[in-house]
Amino acid sequence: MTEPVNDAVVIARGLKKNFGDYQAVAGVDFDIPRGRCFGFLGPNGAGKTTTLRMLLGLTPSSAGELSVFGLPVPEQARAVRARVGSVPQADNLDPDFTVRENLEIYASYFGIGRKLARERIGRLLEFAALTDRADAKTDTLSGGMQRRLTIARSLINDPELVVLDEPTTGLDPQVRHLIWGRLAELRSQGTTLILTTHYMEEAERLCDELVVMDHGRILDQGAPAALVRRHVEPEVIEIRAVPNDELERLGQASGCRVERLGTSLYCYTHDPAPLLGKLREQSGLTFLHRPADLEDVFLKLTGRDLRKGA
Amino acid sequence: MKGIYLPRLGPGAFAVWRRNVLVWRKLIGPALLMNFGEPALYLLGLGFGLGHFVGDMGGMSYLAFLASGIIASSAMTTSSFEGMYSVFTRMVPQRTYEAILATPLEVDDILAGEMLWCATKSLFSGIAILIVALLLGVVADWQALWVLPVVFLIGLTFAGPAIVMTAFAKGYDFFNYYFVLAVTPMMLVSGVFYPIDTLPPLMQTMVQLLPLPHAIELVRPLVTGTPLTQVPLHLAVLLGYALVSYHFAVYLVRRRLLV
Repeated sequence: MTEPVNDAVVIARGLKKNFGDYQAVAGVDFDIPRGRCFGFLGPNGAGKTTTLRMLLGLTPSSAGELSVFGLPVPEQARAVRARVGSVPQADNLDPDFTVRENLEIYASYFGIGRKLARERIGRLLEFAALTDRADAKTDTLSGGMQRRLTIARSLINDPELVVLDEPTTGLDPQVRHLIWGRLAELRSQGTTLILTTHYMEEAERLCDELVVMDHGRILDQGAPAALVRRHVEPEVIEIRAVPNDELERLGQASGCRVERLGTSLYCYTHDPAPLLGKLREQSGLTFLHRPADLEDVFLKLTGRDLRKGA
Repeated sequence: MKGIYLPRLGPGAFAVWRRNVLVWRKLIGPALLMNFGEPALYLLGLGFGLGHFVGDMGGMSYLAFLASGIIASSAMTTSSFEGMYSVFTRMVPQRTYEAILATPLEVDDILAGEMLWCATKSLFSGIAILIVALLLGVVADWQALWVLPVVFLIGLTFAGPAIVMTAFAKGYDFFNYYFVLAVTPMMLVSGVFYPIDTLPPLMQTMVQLLPLPHAIELVRPLVTGTPLTQVPLHLAVLLGYALVSYHFAVYLVRRRLLV
């Protein structure tokens, strides 16, 4: 996991963050390659946001080394942030200003001249599909529009790297797809993306590579498909019923690895035919047969228990 | 705490200052009413009403005495309000600083910009009261314009301590302590309403440690055309409060936001 990647944008070694006795990030190593989309996948409290804040120099690390664009952080964080765009978990648009003014003011923080800013703002409004709302106050925008504006704002300095903390949490499916399309567009233009998410679909669609984090540690790292191959059997039969011992024995007898979670029983297998045959004989059982995906990896690696404070 | 934070007066601070100017411009109506209306009421009510009974004070009409004192105290309260309520709003509920800190700006730049803005608001208030005082006929001559840079400096002097309070504040109610325990008592003992030399001797000495009496020692002679004394001392006290409080404000706000 620690061999150097050619042309890495971010390199972290032994990165730690303690808040008092609580270890938010417990010594992580990663290399983020240029021009790719790199994901941090993990449950709430896994240490994802803290890791991103350390990248921007907004949280001092407790130990370890971190560099972005080859510059040490936090020592050179100011120079790093000039080349990075940031989308925080919760929108922090300026409520005193309109959509366009928000972008203008933000450009001024980067020292971007008025003329260049005006050019970019025109393009970004288009990109975020907000051109017709340019003169609206931000508190009159819907949640999806505010999110799009926050993403547009993060691009005002034409960044080489964009860091997105849960970019689509709490948004409806249409907006989510629109944002995914825009992020894919950015990546295709060569921008490096780093995102945190707990949406498997988002990670699977967008990320070339990801790390699964929990309790401040990296549990594994790789391309989504490779992680699925490495950790779980290729096929899953999900039985939607309150799990009981009888069902569990049925799955095991058919050569499956069985996991219980909530109101479902998950049977992982290389050969689904025996269990499917038996299930079809039983009436009244709802079941779903699907290929294994990142969610199965996630649940296997991070455990199925509902954690404290989740 | 490593090193000493000196005000970073670069383009970053200017960008933060400009942001606040643009917001102020949108709310200019109520802002101007506050700048002109309040001091005008004070001067008319107290200056004429109370002045009728008081007659002269400190060798000038009570109206002139009060107007020059209120220019200084109003610079203090204006800057303190901005440094507490407005800065808190931007720092905590509105999370404006969080957004700014994701750009190349740092806490040093933001607070330098905020202090310049607090001082700018003090300046607006100073201009307004000076105009009211001029209309009431208590401004001596053109040298009174020198009061404007002094008012700006007074704004800086009080912006820093206000932002230090903000760095500790959990909510707006916390500012009541500072107003009741610091701002209001200072206003009452610093020579705004009556000369300091009527205080007991020990108190007179202690009062010299506060910044407001020094502000008044500069403002009153400039407005009323009486001789200035000990100018370097007064300037040094005002500037000293501004610099030391800036340093602590940067330290405390960094500690609060960069965790």
